[in-house]
Amino acid sequence: MIKLKINGKPVAIDVDGSTPLLWVLREQLGLTGTKYSCGIGLCGSCTVHIDGEAARSCMVPLSSLDASQEVTTIEGLSADNNHPLQQAWKQLDVPQCGYCQPGMIMSAAALLKDKPDPSDTDIDASVTNICRCGTFNRVRSGIHLAVQISKGAKDQNNGEDAS
Amino acid sequence: MTKERINVSRREFLVKSTALGTGFSLGLSLPLASSAALGADDGASASALSEPEVNAWVVVQQDDTVIIRIARSEMGQGTLTGLAQLVAEELECDWSKVTTEYPTPGQNLARDKVWRSFSTGGSQGIRGSHDYVRKGGAVARHMLIEAAAEQWDVDMGECTVADSIITHEPSGRTTSYGQVAALAAEMFPPEHAELKDPKDWKLIGQPVKRLDTDDKLNGKQVFGFDFTMPDMLNAAIKACPVFGGKLKSFDDRKVSKMPGVHKVVAVNDDAVAVVADTWWQANTALKALPITWDEGPNAKLSSAAIDEMLDEGLSSSDNVFVGNQNGDVDKALKTAANKVEATYRYPYQNHATMEPMNATARWTKDKCEVWCPTQNGEAALEAAAEAAGLPIEQCDVYKIHLGGGFGRRGAFHDYVKQAVAIAKQLPGTPVKLLWSREEDMAHGHYHPITKCKLTGALDDESNLTGLHVRISGQSILASVRPEWMASNGADPVTFQGFQADGDHAISYTVPNLLVDHAMRNPPVPPGFWRGVNINQNAIYIECFIDELAHAAGKDPLEFRRKLMADHPKSLAVLDAVAEKAGWGKPAAEGVHRGLAVVKTFASYVAACAEVSVNADGKLNIHRIVAATDPGYAVNPQQIEAQVEGSFVFGLSALLYGECTIEDGAVVESNFHDYPSMLIEEMPKVDVIVMPSGGFWGGIGEPTIAVAAPAVLNAVFAATGKRIRQFPLANIKLREA
Repeated sequence: MIKLKINGKPVAIDVDGSTPLLWVLREQLGLTGTKYSCGIGLCGSCTVHIDGEAARSCMVPLSSLDASQEVTTIEGLSADNNHPLQQAWKQLDVPQCGYCQPGMIMSAAALLKDKPDPSDTDIDASVTNICRCGTFNRVRSGIHLAVQISKGAKDQNNGEDAS
Repeated sequence: MTKERINVSRREFLVKSTALGTGFSLGLSLPLASSAALGADDGASASALSEPEVNAWVVVQQDDTVIIRIARSEMGQGTLTGLAQLVAEELECDWSKVTTEYPTPGQNLARDKVWRSFSTGGSQGIRGSHDYVRKGGAVARHMLIEAAAEQWDVDMGECTVADSIITHEPSGRTTSYGQVAALAAEMFPPEHAELKDPKDWKLIGQPVKRLDTDDKLNGKQVFGFDFTMPDMLNAAIKACPVFGGKLKSFDDRKVSKMPGVHKVVAVNDDAVAVVADTWWQANTALKALPITWDEGPNAKLSSAAIDEMLDEGLSSSDNVFVGNQNGDVDKALKTAANKVEATYRYPYQNHATMEPMNATARWTKDKCEVWCPTQNGEAALEAAAEAAGLPIEQCDVYKIHLGGGFGRRGAFHDYVKQAVAIAKQLPGTPVKLLWSREEDMAHGHYHPITKCKLTGALDDESNLTGLHVRISGQSILASVRPEWMASNGADPVTFQGFQADGDHAISYTVPNLLVDHAMRNPPVPPGFWRGVNINQNAIYIECFIDELAHAAGKDPLEFRRKLMADHPKSLAVLDAVAEKAGWGKPAAEGVHRGLAVVKTFASYVAACAEVSVNADGKLNIHRIVAATDPGYAVNPQQIEAQVEGSFVFGLSALLYGECTIEDGAVVESNFHDYPSMLIEEMPKVDVIVMPSGGFWGGIGEPTIAVAAPAVLNAVFAATGKRIRQFPLANIKLREA
């Protein structure tokens, strides 16, 4: 049994330790939001967070993880599609086919954790996911809009605190 | 209308409904939990198409939810939303309560193809169905108002409707679509339905939000590859990597004891699959499986040999077909003051959808069901029935969301046939087949390879007097749709962008013109690839026109404009991008511009690219201004998304796209050697949507065609270097 913490919940899985996290998420845990596309860590469709850092889950053997590490998938990003990136994505109609978008959003979310107001160069360096439909310009706008949404929420909270 | 007639109509409707057969209707956004629930009922439930249906296109529920049925497939291009807008425009319903569902191709067959074509290719989604889906909405509106009028016992001419609320004007009484839908469902449809004048459209032309976004933001959207059902097994497959090769033998003793493995099966005569509890287990075992192939006659095929074949065709008179001809090109070339000649080459390319090919099949001796992503549900159904060895009435296909199509999942259902062939060897057990990326790269239906020699004649005053375009290379139709070829054996698709008239007409008037095709068909399977032949043909004509302008010492815009007097709509989009980009005015330091214009898929598109090439030869594409005239623009913000995305697809092809052939197989195996462009390479795109009305043009493909030539012409402006071989990744843009 390998013990893990996925989206805040402890799970125990009986699986060969060489199995990549991607396939355990999909096939053992039914978390199919995380996608397979290349299997060699290039395309980013399988991006999840491990302790808040973006990781390509197709390259992470299960045996390399332990139960103290927090794995977050797209299903655990927010309770109700209310992460600023999800709100921005919705406002700008970012997805086309949508297949790469969970990975795209998870890459962007890790970037925002690190850099709350990233420059275009930061985005270029961190969001290296492949999208064959070609959503890149809306992805970029979406990240910038998410920053504004976060700032707005923060201002509002500050305002409430003051009152 | 008499009650009797209503009753007859109702009976007919009920007969039709029960004839739908059994199966699942999956809807468009199926959370994992409900997909499991659907599987759990073991397929015995009745079709889950929603009720009550006013007609085949429109269902209205009591709470005023309007469900619009969509026959074409949504694969990112936004057609689902656009088609719903078309229906809702005529229906006059409350857009905020609109949702959609897919009928199955089996249901379509059972109801005499009431939903017409399911085929989603050729940028046909909107332009190929706008009339009958709008009519579906208009007829449903009529029936709903008629039902209200009957309920009130008033003349329906006194009733009006807006946002699903019907009002009897003289009395001020109101009711809603939901309240009268059940009665409307019993009405006879009217004989005639008038469609609105485009000037009265309220919803068509509006940049409304897509209907299918929410579940794409949180992982809930079920793609074919996410589909699951109880007791389902997973299969990984390997087909002979050499085109035309066969499976000779495999030794399943080496893998049958590996974790999770259930069975190793031969698939058709050219592939072997491992079936296991999970796909990871299946693929792990497949990699360890000893397989012997009979590589067949193509074992020594190479890109070099294919190039020789095409080179021969550039000057041959064998198997040559004329696509467009006027005047006397030979004479024009003989009497030219200046003759310009150039030869281009465009490589094989793979669709490389982000979601690899997959399908889930369950076979019994009485029934075969397939759950799969497909651009053409009907073609998937035919493939399933053929592979199942069952009458088509005993089969059905449930369309699951596509993780990209690009033409790969329309004409070809090899993955469906394989899934059924595997499931047939485990009767009653559902099996999901997923191709690895490597399998996807090895067994595409590739963008065909062609070369093109262009010869132009300029007179003393540098006017273009003659042009001969000789295409040499592969025909898609000869391999894929021979029944669509011309009676003389010509493949009209080869001439996209060069035709005398129609959806893919040439944008220039040349007094002496000959466009012909030496058909040379290497044994590599070709396919329709988003944009199809216009992608390379636009490079050929638009880069060569630039070459001619340069030879003539003329500005590329002015040189084109002179040839476009009879092509005002093409000229209008070209002028629009030139003006917006500031053509003729100085660009930023080191930045150079290039133009391209085509008519294709019945739309007019143009682009002006702004690029720089640094001293090391590194290309930077700064901005592209793009204009589209699709006649009518149903959803301008989705058109913008398609135009932007088209540059990613077109520029990825230009920068990186090549499948090379060695020893009869594709060399490239994954995104490391078949890259796709990334966000850091993406230019700013300024989109001009300029619908001129009066026709319906396509959106999903046209702009791809202008991406490469606009950039290439800008690269020439920057470097003085003409690139005639692709991809650019293989070319030094500046000499060291």
